[in-house]
Amino acid sequence: MTENQVTINGNRFSFEPGETILDVARRNSIDIPTLCHLKGAAPTGACRVCVVEVENARNLLPACATPAQAGMVIHTESPAVVTSRKMTIELLLASGNHNCAVRESDDTGSFSDFQLRVQQYDHSDRLCPVWGDCRLQDLAYRYQVSGRAFPATEVKYPLETVNPFIVRDFSRCILCGRCVQACNEVQVNNAINFGYRGKDSKIVAAGDRPLKDSDCVFCGECVQACPVGALVEKDAKYRWRPWEEEKVRTTCSYCGVGCQIELHVKDDKVVKVTGAEGVAPNYGSLCVKGRFGFKFINSPERLTSPMIKENGEFRRAEWDEALDLVARRLSEIKDTYDPDSLGVLTSARITNEDNYIAQKFTRAVLKTNNIDHCARL
Amino acid sequence: MTNTIADVEQADVILVTGSNTTENHPVISSFVKRAVSFKGTKLILVDPRRIKLADFADKWLRPNPGTDVAWINSLIHVIIKEELYDKEFVEDRTQGFEALKEMVEKFSPDYVSGITGIPAAHIIEAARLYAGAEKAAILYCMGITQHVSGTDNVKSLANLAMICGNLGMPGTGVNPLRGQNNVQGACDMGGLPNVFTAYQKVTDDDIVKKIEKSWNVSGLSNKPGLPVTEMIPAAHSGDIKALYIIGENPLVSDPDLNHVEESLDNFDFMVVQDIFMTETAQKADVVLPSFCFAEKDGTFTNTERRVQRVRKAVTAPGAARDDWRIIAGISRRMGFAMEYANASEIFDELTLVTPSYAGITYERIEEEGLHWPCPTADHPGTPVLHSRGFPIGKGVLHAIDYIPPAEQVDDEYPLYLTTGRVLYQYHTRSMTGRTDGLNERAPESFVEISPADAEKYGLKDGDRVRIASRRGEIVARMTVSEKAVDGTVFIPFHYAEAAANRLTNSALDPVSKIPEYKVCAVKLSSAA
Ligand code: SF4
Ligand code: SF4
Ligand code: SF4
Repeated sequence: MTENQVTINGNRFSFEPGETILDVARRNSIDIPTLCHLKGAAPTGACRVCVVEVENARNLLPACATPAQAGMVIHTESPAVVTSRKMTIELLLASGNHNCAVRESDDTGSFSDFQLRVQQYDHSDRLCPVWGDCRLQDLAYRYQVSGRAFPATEVKYPLETVNPFIVRDFSRCILCGRCVQACNEVQVNNAINFGYRGKDSKIVAAGDRPLKDSDCVFCGECVQACPVGALVEKDAKYRWRPWEEEKVRTTCSYCGVGCQIELHVKDDKVVKVTGAEGVAPNYGSLCVKGRFGFKFINSPERLTSPMIKENGEFRRAEWDEALDLVARRLSEIKDTYDPDSLGVLTSARITNEDNYIAQKFTRAVLKTNNIDHCARL
Repeated sequence: MTNTIADVEQADVILVTGSNTTENHPVISSFVKRAVSFKGTKLILVDPRRIKLADFADKWLRPNPGTDVAWINSLIHVIIKEELYDKEFVEDRTQGFEALKEMVEKFSPDYVSGITGIPAAHIIEAARLYAGAEKAAILYCMGITQHVSGTDNVKSLANLAMICGNLGMPGTGVNPLRGQNNVQGACDMGGLPNVFTAYQKVTDDDIVKKIEKSWNVSGLSNKPGLPVTEMIPAAHSGDIKALYIIGENPLVSDPDLNHVEESLDNFDFMVVQDIFMTETAQKADVVLPSFCFAEKDGTFTNTERRVQRVRKAVTAPGAARDDWRIIAGISRRMGFAMEYANASEIFDELTLVTPSYAGITYERIEEEGLHWPCPTADHPGTPVLHSRGFPIGKGVLHAIDYIPPAEQVDDEYPLYLTTGRVLYQYHTRSMTGRTDGLNERAPESFVEISPADAEKYGLKDGDRVRIASRRGEIVARMTVSEKAVDGTVFIPFHYAEAAANRLTNSALDPVSKIPEYKVCAVKLSSAA
């Protein structure tokens, strides 16, 4: 019985061979924080946030990359673990423009100098665009640390804003590698990877080109995977804060995959779309149309009123007038000729309920089977 | 699809044909690319264009356009000759094997090589690879169906899967990838001229009686109606006087557009219900504004038969109304009351007359959708079809002969044209064309040509060229690309300004009535 069991924080749990410490903990609702770990991709152990203490082990071990072994005695929040995590987070906070007010000051200047530098880089006077929706900020709060313990690292690379969808902010990149895994192991678009060495490290598209000139297909998987503000939807940046929105889960309206999406709604407008995590058929993935092609919803060119054509020109009409006219003309033609002189084209774009009503109307009211849609087209 | 999308990752071999998956079904393509990159799955790609998936393919066959039956029959020829087929499955679960065997006899790799341009050795290797797999899945899309022989193509793929026993298990199947979000649902709901919901035939008197009783009406027609591809031309002959078009834009999407345009002008009365003033709506007598998906409650059914919820997130603009409410308003005025408080009530009603949806409720699909058939409230849904048997007893193998495309190239029109989609645009662009970023990535129509052909016709990348077929002509920018195969040019059909469908052939598959978008003959000349 004890063969496949581990002890976590004093409680015993069984595990399946091949499970990591993180898997066992998650399955049993024990919260080990992670940053770089990406579901569906091979664990890298890069960020060291998920370290745990395993009795009799020489070092702290990354929970995401350490297989559970029989008899392990694991502590997920021991003093050693907490000390290590605090330092990891402090280093990450000091490594870039993490101006979410957790940084007070540093050796090179005052808080306001730091903020001014960040604002110049950002071309904006606001705090980080993902304030309130950032794993690093959450962790800083949870472990009550700021970036002041270490000197700020210099920001090397400018913002990349030359594509229509994604802002790449290298000043906030913590080099966790989630975007690289999302692109190469989940979507398999193989557009980005780690480039350069050591303190020059940067996430690059082949040849360190802008995304728009690379193999990138703007699926946005990397944006959704980025735990911080280093990859942000261009349209959503600084237009939206997480606490102002409501999320509605629905189904993408483009192709037949039927991806599950979250519409982020602010002031009755869709401001951003993300993939719904953990559910079929797409498990969080989307393509460029599903993620970025939502502007039509709120387009000023939407039809807002029934229109009737008179002498070759459209004029606005009330619903009653328009529907009376349609009903009268369809009845006249049906009576003058026969039901089969009427036809209905329903649509592969509208819902099942709409289609059901369309065919019921065609058959029960118009009394014809002249109904079809453009499935073939 | 007979199988689920996620299933693909369990296949040992995947055969993709007539589907530019990375552009048309990007998220499905990720399942394919993951299987190939990380799980040792082998990919057989059959497509004349050098599409992205060619980078992932173990075997890549480039047939001449419109020769699908020939190469499929040849694979079957090799598989039977080398006795690589699943004898038990063929024996127990299928009928018609002998006739099929006789038919494919003449489709030797050498003979077929002459028709398709695929080297004989490649045909043999692909046949061995497909037949050698324990589990092999076939994915196909419009590149297979949009031909005069589209129905034959699909049946041929089914033959291939059946003789290898590749049905009824995860990682197998014959899987059409549906282009539009709710094609599957529109068909399931009886948005077709010959069937009610769940493919119940309008010619079956018992079914008609059942539906009449359920709807509390009499006098339903038991005569099949006209498909869209015949309905629009019927305006010419005067057989159809009025057309009510809901959310479709045939004036960009239909074949032989010049003809469609004249037809639409011929209707006595035309109503268009849509979210934008589309090219088609311009022609209407009355235009009715409707909701888009983000303003609606309801369900869509995806390509793997999964019924999923659509939920209202925002308020629709102005006086726009939900599609079903508009139809119900017309119905009431014509003397037939359709009273529903919401979409959920409609769904409850439709499950009563749709056996495959009978067990589905909004509550059951709140978190994750269910695959039909789901006949009862405690049925878990059916992710994989045909696991125990076929609905009609044994699976029928069809002996199918090869018919060349309806239009052949000749001296005057020396190039084949095929049409398709690009990643950044969708259908007729009435939605994608309103996101600037998507337009920036794919701003205009283009004609893609191989470097050799470009040289042959003295054309350069970026040139403006006139492309003419027997039906019309358009002008577009030339893109010289390694993607193209010699002798065939490609044009995306999304753009109204240079609509590819001014050129395409409206010759229809005799059964499915799908037009032959994928092959027609054209000529090129400089437009500068
Ligand atoms: S948008 Fe998609 S393709 Fe582009 S870098 Fe990100 S994950 Fe890769
Ligand atoms: S861009 Fe984001 S996801 Fe990618 S390495 Fe940097 S912080 Fe991680
Ligand atoms: S997100 Fe892309 S792949 Fe998914 S349903 Fe929408 S269009 Fe299709």
